[in-house]
Amino acid sequence: MTQGHNYVFPVEGERFDEAGKVSVQVKQILKKIGIPDAVLRRAAIAIYESEVNIISYAIHGTASLQVTDDHILIDIQDVGPGITDIEQAMEQGYSTANDHIRAMGFGAGMGLFNIKNCSDIFEMSSEEGKGTHLKITINR
Amino acid sequence: MTLREIAELLDAKILVGGDHLGIEVKTAFSADLMSDVLAFAKPGSIMITGLTNPQIVRIASIVDNSAILVVRGKIPPRETLALAEELDIPVLSTKYILFETSGRLYASGIVGCVRKIEGPESIVPL
Repeated sequence: MTQGHNYVFPVEGERFDEAGKVSVQVKQILKKIGIPDAVLRRAAIAIYESEVNIISYAIHGTASLQVTDDHILIDIQDVGPGITDIEQAMEQGYSTANDHIRAMGFGAGMGLFNIKNCSDIFEMSSEEGKGTHLKITINR
Repeated sequence: MTLREIAELLDAKILVGGDHLGIEVKTAFSADLMSDVLAFAKPGSIMITGLTNPQIVRIASIVDNSAILVVRGKIPPRETLALAEELDIPVLSTKYILFETSGRLYASGIVGCVRKIEGPESIVPL
């Protein structure tokens, strides 16, 4: 059993200029660890969309990365309005994005769908008025 | 096609990465929706877009685009170009519109990252 790598990155709401920063950093970290390109790409995409979600909808949040012998574990937690209807939010094309989000090339209702597609295991829970929690597992 | 040939074909300005014009490009993905680029673009492809914010560079870095080709004569702001320098991603700008740009490249042998999406159509609510 080797020691896992653990990282926590804060993400601030409404900082549209920073979208993707954590993702680019994570990609570099995973590359250094020696994760294959096809796998680290899925992790980077999942984190990118998660960052955009926090920036677009939440007050603030964190993206945590843990790399074990077998998995890449990504934990996204935010403090924000939460999601009322998770099933609806998961639908491709469903979005509550405003014009600002759309002008950046996001907010077309693809985010959660993209995240799920990049995950081997995807779990989401949300509490209205409190926030949303995503647990993403990607096999190495 | 090399980036140089693409730039010549589209009469494009090279804004970043003039020393990378020998890069060989075989595939492309055209979109103004960055989530779709994340979902469908393949490593080595050229991103063709009308967006100019710094996100296009971060996205290109994540999906390993070989270069970014900005259409409709748009010149990205300084912060976008500075990030492209930093992440070493060439940026070109052409006055051709997205349709013309894609068509000219396709006619010259560049193909899309995917031809069609797999699975069912997605219904987009109003």
